[in-house]
Amino acid sequence: MSDISCKIIVGLEIHVQLNTKTKIFCGCALAFGGVANTRVCPVCIGMPGVMPVMNKKAYEYSVLAGLALNCNIPSFTKWDRKSYYYPDLPKNYQISQYDLPMSEHGYIEIPLEGGETKRIRILRAHLEEDAGKNTHTLGNFSAVDLNRAGTPLLEIVTEPDMNNGAEVKALAVELQRIVRYLGVSLADMQKGHMRFEPNINLHITKDGKVYKTPISEVKNLNSFRALEGSVAYEAKRQLNEFLEHGTTMEMGNKATYGWDDVNECTVLQRVKEEAHDYRYFPEPDLVPIEMNEEWLNEIKKGLCELPIAKQKRFVSEYKLSDYDAGVLTADRATGEFFDAAVAAGATPKRVCNLITQVGAKLANEAGCGVAELGVDAEVLGKLAKMVDDSEVSASASVTIFEEMVKTKKAPEVIAEEMNLMQKSDAGEIEALVDAVIAENEKAVADVKEGGKKSKKSMGFLMGQVMQKSKGQANPKVVSQLLAQKLS
Amino acid sequence: MSNKIDELQVRTVAKLARLELNDDEVARFSVELSSILGYIEKLGELDTDNVEPLAHCLAIHNVFREDVVKPSLDNDTALANAPARHDEYFKVPKILDDAGGA
Repeated sequence: MSDISCKIIVGLEIHVQLNTKTKIFCGCALAFGGVANTRVCPVCIGMPGVMPVMNKKAYEYSVLAGLALNCNIPSFTKWDRKSYYYPDLPKNYQISQYDLPMSEHGYIEIPLEGGETKRIRILRAHLEEDAGKNTHTLGNFSAVDLNRAGTPLLEIVTEPDMNNGAEVKALAVELQRIVRYLGVSLADMQKGHMRFEPNINLHITKDGKVYKTPISEVKNLNSFRALEGSVAYEAKRQLNEFLEHGTTMEMGNKATYGWDDVNECTVLQRVKEEAHDYRYFPEPDLVPIEMNEEWLNEIKKGLCELPIAKQKRFVSEYKLSDYDAGVLTADRATGEFFDAAVAAGATPKRVCNLITQVGAKLANEAGCGVAELGVDAEVLGKLAKMVDDSEVSASASVTIFEEMVKTKKAPEVIAEEMNLMQKSDAGEIEALVDAVIAENEKAVADVKEGGKKSKKSMGFLMGQVMQKSKGQANPKVVSQLLAQKLS
Repeated sequence: MSNKIDELQVRTVAKLARLELNDDEVARFSVELSSILGYIEKLGELDTDNVEPLAHCLAIHNVFREDVVKPSLDNDTALANAPARHDEYFKVPKILDDAGGA
């Protein structure tokens, strides 16, 4: 076989549902589920003569997201109509933005394996309205629910800067973290708040010559798994197509595919014939938007430390592993909770363990985040400090944390009540140590002799003392005393 | 004079507009549309070198509403003008190319 290498090229279009209370151009409520066609009005069902009016919050949310994606926010933006033929948007066009989008030319940093990051350029992000839903087929008919029609969507278009499925997934996850940090979207995948459309092709180098395969667009992916899977599947399919038939970009048009979740493969939907069949033109029913510095500064107040920056800071400032930092910064509230707990004076790793190992489990059981367990960050920090200072053992801190969530009592109160305070009083512990030494001649002899058995016997004596103290002796003090007495 | 809008263009536009035209109509629209376009082209004689493209014919901007919920229509009212309904849904001819969605 001839010398061949292959590079995957992926660009992404992402639709993010904005977290407003109402639709983009009318006052109908946004909600999930409920009875079909009950959150509709003459505007969103496309009655003749109605006038759309722009939701200010939706625009401000998209500007905030645009800023977080390092985009340029133009001082002038406008609306356009995009031709649309399906009954889930019955006015026969979608209000979108064509030549003057509300943000463009930005980038997003995505985390890669091992703490590295990669910068993916953002071509543009614009606002548009969502369509309704064709819910099910009734023989030769379809049933249409327009509750979703008019939902504000931010469409984000990246440059084709991703080169494998893992990078595509990393971008999707990072974008989810960002919009959640900003509060501009709930980004709930189950509710379709984020939908992905990767554009995929290959640059194949064969015998020193580069061939490009036709671009596939996979529509409407609503899980990270489907997104990553479709990229891997398309790369494989396009390579086979090239090897078997020599198919290249010059021979085939861009084609649209769907994703079959059950069989984990892409399914051809249509080959695009006309590139310009959307026939955009300016929307006469909506006036343009002009942004000034004062308004922009007001919106900028909604920015916060972004997840990737927080993650990097947790590694550099607190010396946490990239993995721990990633877990703690998965959502903004947990990240800020951690910061506040550490500020109470405990070692970061101790606080991290309490949050990621104990807190995460308790939060999961309670169906909330760690920050919503009803335990103040400062109080958790205090518990961590008690472990640092050997006032309670690490295992006792788990019990205390659980009790704090249940009873809302302070950690030192719980430790006293449950008899979990460690004894560090050398005199009291010395008595126990002396007793154990007297009772275990053989082990004592082994330790004194040194050699193979010494370490094991020391451990045994240690265990005996702890047992006698009912687990309350400070292990550090016990170990020091034993070492002194047996040296 | 050859037509500005030839028959192939008429057929393309008709397809995009989901219009079914017979050959006679295609020929007729090619002539008529070309004549309309010729008339409009008179505007091309204007010197627009120093004129900004117009985004909207009204000189106003920033018309917004606050993000406050208003009552929607009830289901029966929403469906009152629908040619056909199925339970709470609009009933429409089956969508063949289901690549819809925004």
